[in-house]
Order: sequence, then structure tokens, then C-alpha cells
Amino acid sequence: MTNIPAPPDFEAEAHQTAARKNRLLASPAVLIVALFGIVPLLIVLVYSFLAPAPYGGVLWKFSTDAYLNFLFQRDIFSDALEFSPAFLLIYFRSFVFAVVTTVVCLGLGFPTAYFMATRPPAQRNWWVLLITIPFWSNLLVRTLAIMFIIRDEGLINITLMSLHIIDKPITLLYTNFAIVLGLLYSFLPFMVLPLYASLEKLDFRLVEAAYDLYATRRQVLWRIIIPMSMPGIVAGSLLVFIPTLGAYVTPLILGGGTHLMIGDLIAQQFGSGRNWPLGSSQALILMAAVLVALFFYVRATTRGTKNG
Amino acid sequence: MAKTRAPLDTKEQPGFRGVALFCLFVLYAPILILMIFSFNSGSIVTHWEGVSLHWYGTAIANDDFHSAAKNTMIIAITATIVSTVTATLAAIGMTRVKPWKGLMTAFMVINLPLMVPEIVTAIATLSFFALVAGKLGINLGIGNLIIAHSVFCIPFAYMPIRARLEDMDLTLEQAAADLYATPWHAFRRVTLPLLVPGILSGMALAFIVSFDDFTITQLVAGPGQTTLPLYIWNQIRRPMTPEINAISTILLMVSIIVVAISFLIARKRR
Amino acid sequence: MRDEPDTSAIAIRQVSKVFGTGEDRVTALAEVEIDIRANEFFTLLGPSGCGKTTLLRLIAGFDYPTTGEIRLYGEDIARLPPYKRPINTVFQNYALFPHMTVGQNIGFGLEMLGRPKAETAARVDTMLKLVRMEELKNRKTSQISGGQQQRVALARALAPQPKVLLLDEPLSALDYKLRKEMQLELKRLQHETGITFIFVTHDQEEALTMSDRIAVMSKGHVLQIGSAHEIYDKPSERFVANFIGETNFLEGEVLAVDGASASVRLGAGATVSAGVPDGFAPKGRATVVIRPEHAEVVAPSGAEAFAGTVSNVVYFGTDTHYYVTLDGGEEFMVRRQNSRGAQVFDTGARVGVRVDDGAARVLRD
Repeated sequence: MTNIPAPPDFEAEAHQTAARKNRLLASPAVLIVALFGIVPLLIVLVYSFLAPAPYGGVLWKFSTDAYLNFLFQRDIFSDALEFSPAFLLIYFRSFVFAVVTTVVCLGLGFPTAYFMATRPPAQRNWWVLLITIPFWSNLLVRTLAIMFIIRDEGLINITLMSLHIIDKPITLLYTNFAIVLGLLYSFLPFMVLPLYASLEKLDFRLVEAAYDLYATRRQVLWRIIIPMSMPGIVAGSLLVFIPTLGAYVTPLILGGGTHLMIGDLIAQQFGSGRNWPLGSSQALILMAAVLVALFFYVRATTRGTKNG
Repeated sequence: MAKTRAPLDTKEQPGFRGVALFCLFVLYAPILILMIFSFNSGSIVTHWEGVSLHWYGTAIANDDFHSAAKNTMIIAITATIVSTVTATLAAIGMTRVKPWKGLMTAFMVINLPLMVPEIVTAIATLSFFALVAGKLGINLGIGNLIIAHSVFCIPFAYMPIRARLEDMDLTLEQAAADLYATPWHAFRRVTLPLLVPGILSGMALAFIVSFDDFTITQLVAGPGQTTLPLYIWNQIRRPMTPEINAISTILLMVSIIVVAISFLIARKRR
Repeated sequence: MRDEPDTSAIAIRQVSKVFGTGEDRVTALAEVEIDIRANEFFTLLGPSGCGKTTLLRLIAGFDYPTTGEIRLYGEDIARLPPYKRPINTVFQNYALFPHMTVGQNIGFGLEMLGRPKAETAARVDTMLKLVRMEELKNRKTSQISGGQQQRVALARALAPQPKVLLLDEPLSALDYKLRKEMQLELKRLQHETGITFIFVTHDQEEALTMSDRIAVMSKGHVLQIGSAHEIYDKPSERFVANFIGETNFLEGEVLAVDGASASVRLGAGATVSAGVPDGFAPKGRATVVIRPEHAEVVAPSGAEAFAGTVSNVVYFGTDTHYYVTLDGGEEFMVRRQNSRGAQVFDTGARVGVRVDDGAARVLRD
């Protein structure tokens, strides 16, 4: 047969005029986010290389102090740089809190999501609704609810005292424990929902095949179900880890201003700290940490699809 | 060989039911307790004295509550409209096209607010408006909050609408074209009606996200721009009365009702 | 040989379709040339990926050809959008609008054409009667069965009285019994409406039983166009012979050609007289096909075309298949009806194979 010539241009045109018009529909949303979402981030980037003005805001003078401050403090008298681990400790604490929260959420969330996914369809819908409600409920109010329970005069202490198990309240509020508890409580639904989405699609014929090939319940769980729900596990972990790392409300209310996390540190520089460049550099370091986490996520998911 | 009484339930895993019920308990016990104490007639938050609607009365009678509720509704409704309209257009413009070079970039831009930690968005927006006010002398007042909310509501509205468009059977639109519907008529009579559930759930998400926002609002809000979450925050820092429980309960009920409605819409249309 | 353009309902002229560019270039249709007559039940038959659905989409207007013309009663419509073509489609998955009732679905095309409401309503009722669905007019399309959805899809496509109706494997989602029923129904509708039907299928039996004419396609080419009889009894290409029904292929050498028949000496020994495709002059080595029901196994007498040994016998109820290893080494299959008193041969028996007159055909290859 003879060669077919390449498509003439008029055909491409006829097809793409409509498609090109449709493209423009994306522009309002893209413009809004670009102007009011991306430009502000660029401003933060610029601010991080400026000097702080005495009453908030910035002086337009290049300075790398904001980044040096991450590890060093300038001596007020001698102007020499001294190593100061204060910020590093806050970052370390935030990281540990985020990891602990993610792991515990996974430990509780996986069985929950699996149980949901194995209910009959009608029941499943109700479970999803029950998990979705806290997912979309006011974070501040939910944190407040935790505070009410763990205060010195809270339900836990009152109950324990009235049962004469203790005779004076245990301090729970404004501790590391309180923060982690609050984070767990806040972000548990963020783990359950993506896990459920991936477990719901699980092909249970594969589970039957594993049983047929002499696997025990435990082996079925660890060798079949968990490996197959990896995308959900990764997505859920990320959805918990990222907001936990940058948590602001939880430590603000349950940490009482003494047990800071990165989020509070950043907010403080824009408030009472009056050091916008420092806050900006902290925000960028947090962003970098999030990007690293996202990078691992993308790598894990693309590798997963390659193997699968 | 061991014999068992009932056939193996291949889906069962021991202990998972217990964990699931425990999670449900953990998620709901604190909010339920908070809600129950909103009906406490006494004035000490954690000491039960009797059932009454007293604190709801006190809360609702408060002028500050009124202005906070009004601000919240103005911001949430405007941001919902702006974000839903632009997100709907964007979702159509990004699914009903031939793939083009900028598509991935546009997708990432729209979803950016989901990837940036909220506190970073908050201080960035604060810096932006401070700069705009300082250098250009422009201060839109509550408009600043509306803009900030619209930005982070866009991806929330975008997701369900896009999902709906992607799930939609493209042959339906082809069938309309085959039956003499022009592209506009095909959109108006087939695509749009089928997209309504997606748009509604996008609207619901955008509304809740804006209605509940605390972090960004707290940093960006100027004097007199108190919203309900900010109002609660101000109350926490004073000696607490069950009034705060009453306001919290009202906020929770708004979330629950909106989620339940969008859930029912999604289920009915399925 | 070609019909004059205005006598064909659809004339496909030198149509090619290329997808992608550079290394990804795929030629889905290569210089396809078809004339479909008015009021004809025309079938595009071929395996998946042969280009039949691409061709249907070009006729419907969902895609434009890379080169060539598609004429509707003489007018080139190749680059008109689908909503400007008086051609309607019955989609494979029906594509019924889920947010409309059965009646609204059927009336949609007329409504889009801007016909008066009363006319549309009357036409919808006529169509409902035509497909025997009167009582389901106000149902949602999700509340009716697959067979009923099929009828609604038909009624919807027929309601605007298109000049041509396209059917994209419309029966593939139905179970066997319903499919048989709908085949008859489609024939009846085509007869009653007098509309030209272009039917796409990969099911050879469906094509043979329903079509006035069939175009067999493979890899973007039309290999043969003809009636069911012509396609089955006089296949001109190896692919056609192989795709439709079962057949025996025998290699041989052409001794002489006399118009429409050739004398071929087969490797298996015998010399047979075989039909030749139009406008083809075979010479040298050639392949000859013989349908299994056009041959017979008999006790060997030496007068038969071939002799051989039965290698396998498969019983099918109505008939029996004998697999015979010919003395030249080739496998030959014979299908014999299980009439009473027919002689039965067992595996290993020596048999002769007799071939009916005019049963052999030379392939174009």
C-alpha cells in the first residue's frame, strides 16, 4: 500500500479551535491562585533575605541573618555568632511529634479502614459518613473539646478523683502528651479516609487465593493485604505527616505557648517576635521539609506503579 | 486435621472490629461531651448542674457574636461562589481539551494551596497584603479575607468537580452531538446537569473550609474582622463559661449538616 | 466498477486515517473505498483493531479523515461536525442520558433540531410504538433492562429520521437469546423505516445472518465487499477465508487459467478446478481453499481427490468433524451431517476424500 501523507493543517485546526477555547476556562482559577497564592510565597522568599524592622515588617536591606539564626545567635555585646540549638530543638520536636502521630494514626487507622471496607455496602456508607464528619469539622473546636477533657478540672481528672484513684489532678494539659494526643485526634480521619479508598478497591479473590495456598490470617494480612494497600498507606501517612509537621492550632491551644512547634514559631515571628525575615526563613525551611516528603511520596507511588 | 464449625470468613481479621469501634469512640466522645456541656445550666464549664438552653441565649444575644457570624457568612458565601465558579470553569477547561504543555503546570498551580502548610500560606498572605497596603496604599478590608479564603477554597471545590467530569461517560456528549446538539447545547443539556452533584459537593467543601478556617484568618484579619473561629479563640483566653460550648456546638452543627447534605446528594445521584 | 456518487447513500472515497506523528504514527485506515447503497443493511466486519469503528466514527463525524472524502448522497461531509450531519448513531454502550426519561431521550434530537413541540411529542409516541415500549415512556433510563435500553437507543437514533443509521456493535452487551431476538428486530426496523443501516460487528455469524452486503476489514484495509454468499463461498483473500467460518488451505501450482476458473495441481496429489477472484490471473504457486462441508469422507476407492488416514473424530451433535491426514502430509477437515445410516469411520481408518464440484477457490494472496 502507498504511504499515507501526514495530516494536513486544516484538520488540526478544525479540531483544536474548540479545545483551545476550553483551555482559557482554566485561566481565572490559575490567575487567582498564582497572584494571591504564589506571589505571596515569592514575597516570603524575598523577605527571608531582608532585615527585620523594629515594629514588624522588613527593612529593604540584604541580610542572611534569618538563615544564620536557625543555628546561631548573635551575641548582643560582642556581635559574635554563637551556636544556639533552640530552633533546632523545636524542629526536632516537631519532627518527632509528626512521626509519632503518623505511626499511631496508621496503627489505629489501618484496622479501622479495613473493617469499614469489609462491611456490607449499606453499612460502609454510614461508616464513611461517620469518619467524614470529624474530617470536615472545625479543627479549633475539636481541639477545644480535647482541652476540656484533659484539663485539671477536666472529665478525666474529675472522674479519676471521684473514684479516689488519685487525690490531686494529674497535669495533662500543656504537656507534650497533650499535643501529641491533640494531633492524633485531629488527623486520624486524614489517615482513615485514603486508606479506606484503597482498601475498598482490594480484590478479595486474591485473599481467597492466598488462603487456598495455605496462608494463615496473619500471613494474609502482612503478605497480601498490606502490600496491596501501599498506595493508601503512603497517601494517608503523607496527609497526616505534612499538616502535623506544620501544626499551629494544636500546640497553640494544648501546648500553652511553652511547647512550641514549627508552626507556632513561624506565627510568633510575625506576631510578638516582630521578626518577619526570621519567620519567612522558618516558613521556607518548613516548605523544604514538606517538599522532601512529597518527593518521597511521588517516588514511592511511581515505583509502585512500575512494579505493579 | 482440625475441623472448624463455620467456614472461614476470608475477610475477617481478629481485633480490627475493636480498633474501629475504639476509633469511633475516640473521634466522637470529646465532641459529644463538649456538646452536652453546652446545655449545662451552671456557669462552670465542667461542673454539671442541670439542663438548660441558657448559654445559647447568652451566646446569641451577644453583639460580638452577631458581627462575627455576619463576617463569617459574608466571607464564606463570597469565597464559595468565587471558588466554585472558577473551579468549575477550570475543571472543564482541563478535562475537555486535548492535552497541552501547560496542563500539568495549571493543575499544580490550582492544587498548590493543598501542598503548602496552612501556617505558611497564612504568613505569606499576611506579608502580601502588608506589602500591598504599604507600597500601593490598597487595603480591601474584609476583601483581603475573601481573597485569601477564595484561594485555598479553589482546590477543594476543584477536586470533586474534576472527579465527576473524569468519571462522566464521554459518549454521552458524543451522543448529544450526534443528535444535532451544538457544543453549547451539549454542555447545557447533558454535561452540566450531570455535573451538578460534583458542583454541589465542591460548593459544600469550599463553604466548610472557609467557614471553619482559623489559622489564615487569624493572621490576615484586621481589627473588626472577627469571624466565628476567631471569636471562639478570643473567648478561650478569658475565664470560660458554657457559652463557648454553645458557640462551638453551633459551629459543629453547621459542619455536620453541610457534610450530611452533600453526602446525601452524592448517594442519591449514584 | 464504482457507482456514480449520487446513487450511493454513503460513498467512502480514498479515506485514510492516521493517528499520532513520528514514531507513534498508526495508520488506522488506508485508502478505504466503499459504496453503500440507499436502503441497504451494510455491515463492517472485522476483528478488533481492524479500523471498522474508526470508519464509523468518521462517518458519524466524531473524527475527521486524514485524507479522502465521505459523501452523503454526493455531498462531501467529511469535515462537518456531527451535529450538522443527518446521520445518527446507536452507541455500543447505548449512551442514554441518565438524567432524562425514556421519552425525553427519544425526543432529544428533534428538540435540538428545533422542531415544534407537538411534532416532537407525536414522533416520540410513534417511535415508542415502533420499538414496542409505549408504557415505559416516563421511566428513567436507569430503571429499564439492557434489552429495553437497546430499544430506546434505537428509537432515539431513528426519531430524527436520519438518512443513515450507524450501529456500533449494539448487540454485544446482550445475552445470546436477547441478541437473536434483537437481530430479527433490527431487520424488521430497517425494513419498516427504509433507512440505510451501517452495522459494525466482529461477530461473523451476526454479519452473515443480517446483512445485505458485508465489507470485511483487516488492519485498516477493506479486503472484500459482497453479499453473505459471496463472502462465504467465494473468499478472495486468505484473511477472509480464515476469519469467516472454517476452511482448509492447500498449497498447489497453477497449470492453466480459463477465465473464471483455474486448473491447480495440489501438493496433496490431485488436480482440481478452482474458481478465481474477479480480475485476477493466478500463476505459479497458489493457495486453494475448500470449505469442510464441501467435501466428503468415503471408503477409499482410488477415484477420490485425496486419500489419507483419519487422525481425529469430533462429534458435534448435528454433525461430525473428521480430521484427515492426507498422504501428502497436509491436514484436511471434513464436516459431515449426522444423517441416519451414514458410514462411520474411526481414528486410524484409511479413507478417501471427495471434493464437490466448484468447491475449490484460488486465493488472491
